Amino acid sequence: MAITAGTEPTHSQGATPRGRWSGTLLAGALQTRGAIFGLAVIAVVLVLAVGADLIAPYGPTRIQAAGVLAPPSLSYLLGTDQIGRDVSSRIIYGASVSIQAGVVSVGLALVLGVLVGLLAGYYGGWVDELLMRVVDALYAFPALLLALAVTAILGPGLTSVMLAIGVVFAPAFARLVRGQTLSIRERDFITAAHVVGVEPWRVMLVHIWPNVTAPIIVQASLLVGSAIVIEAGLSFLGLGVMPPTPSWGSMLKEGYQYMEQAPWLAFAPGAAIFLTVLAFNLVGDALQRALDPRLRRTVGA
Amino acid sequence: MRTYILRRLAALVPVLFLVSVVTFSVNLLLPGDPALAYIGEANIGDKVMYEAVRQELGLDQPIPVQYVKWLGRAVRGDFGRSIRTREPALEGLLARLPITLQLSAMAMVISLVIAIPIGIISAVRPNSKLDTAGTVLAMTGVAVPDFWLAILLIYLFAVWLPWLPSSGFVPLAQGLWPNLQSMILPAVALGMVLSAVVMRQLRASLLEVLRQEYVVVARAKGLRERHVIGRHALKNALIPMVTVLGLQTGRLFGGAVLIETIFSLPGLGRLATDSILFRDYPMLLGTVLILATSVMLASLVTDVLYAVLDPRIRYT
Repeated sequence: MAITAGTEPTHSQGATPRGRWSGTLLAGALQTRGAIFGLAVIAVVLVLAVGADLIAPYGPTRIQAAGVLAPPSLSYLLGTDQIGRDVSSRIIYGASVSIQAGVVSVGLALVLGVLVGLLAGYYGGWVDELLMRVVDALYAFPALLLALAVTAILGPGLTSVMLAIGVVFAPAFARLVRGQTLSIRERDFITAAHVVGVEPWRVMLVHIWPNVTAPIIVQASLLVGSAIVIEAGLSFLGLGVMPPTPSWGSMLKEGYQYMEQAPWLAFAPGAAIFLTVLAFNLVGDALQRALDPRLRRTVGA
Repeated sequence: MRTYILRRLAALVPVLFLVSVVTFSVNLLLPGDPALAYIGEANIGDKVMYEAVRQELGLDQPIPVQYVKWLGRAVRGDFGRSIRTREPALEGLLARLPITLQLSAMAMVISLVIAIPIGIISAVRPNSKLDTAGTVLAMTGVAVPDFWLAILLIYLFAVWLPWLPSSGFVPLAQGLWPNLQSMILPAVALGMVLSAVVMRQLRASLLEVLRQEYVVVARAKGLRERHVIGRHALKNALIPMVTVLGLQTGRLFGGAVLIETIFSLPGLGRLATDSILFRDYPMLLGTVLILATSVMLASLVTDVLYAVLDPRIRYT
């Protein structure tokens, strides 16, 4: 850890008083065109995910009169797939799977990771050793491979995928929170809390946690994109969301099999994943820059 | 330095132990009965044979005993026999490892070839049009799912312009060029994300270095800009890149799972997915263990290299 620190952008700028950073952070983040574009795309995807029933021209599983593998046209903007379903409608319905996979799994990873990181950083000693070795061990597995194994255990489906990604991403949060907790633990206000007899869990949740939230939010927004890609990858391998539920990953897999006759089948879902991931990355980057003045100076383009 | 390496190696042991526990638990928790898979559909009603196979595979023993026995064999390189192909798992793993290593190495080289020139141009002319183009390229590269890129590349270079094979692997023994032809598209697809990461890292660290006083001195001495960048600045700016490359090894291996599946390359990644789908647990455990160990060794090598390259870092 100590060796790689300093080569990566450091999130920590020390603890800031609670409540002050959130407004500045958002205002700072929104200063780039990239971030505005990112937020706009996320907003569109969210609207599609929530309002699919109202927005999609057809049902996601309804077989259309145009027949199978119809090329894009005015009534079927992205054509129809191998069994005659409207691709654009399926893309719109698929948004909800991707958003759920991204947000719920990262939320789960955050809760798990923050808990482990707080415990390890606060108690130190053997608790720290033990927890961090487990974290190291989980870190050693390539993310997709571990997610693949967990999904294989739990059986296919969106819930399994979300649990799998949650487990896989938890170590990232645990390491981040542990590092922050280690430095904050030594500060006077924590000693003061101990002196007046505040219980450990209260110190962790009320005094330390608020001071580590900002870098956690940045990390979370950057991981949502990766989570969406992993969900799509698992669905592509046939371990994720099961047909006929539309998911961008499984649509990509189906489209890939008909690439020579109907290339649009693989283009559309891939482009949807790409744009959504790009949007989350742009917003995450902007948040990171807003949080780290050093980074703002060097990378701010 | 030597103490540092020894200490890092010693620290690997508990992590490796935990990795093996995680791997073994995955094995236990996977649905399905390996003994049933082993005897095959035809003999599914044969109780005697079933019990014999359970005994042979050691499945009738308590779980901790199974784990210790498995670990004892695994450290000696015996991962058991593949349930699907009946070959010794280690042989299968060793046959496939070079393919994944070649794929990852080629992906790394491709990513550096793309990233280093663009990263340098971006840092030397910050906020220029070229720099903006580089930033856009990097953002795109990070966000594009490698398996989609793979499909796009197949469409472009195998279907539309029939220049390269769309899938399949040609071993090196059949000639270097056919082998490279079968690997180039997978390597590009896998290397793109990495190139974006390296590009951004190089730009950031070169910008940082170019502000240092020794660079100002070098310029004040009247050195040509090519010299200042190439001989003085780049040397230090490239050091953090080693770390980035090392940390990305896991991502490369993870990416290989999908890329090898799409391009039908018989590497470790493909083997991992196949083993899960066919419930070939001995093979799966071996694959996962080898990949996880490689990732940890890569991170160790990275840290040591970092110390060798940067004399300011002293480990004790």
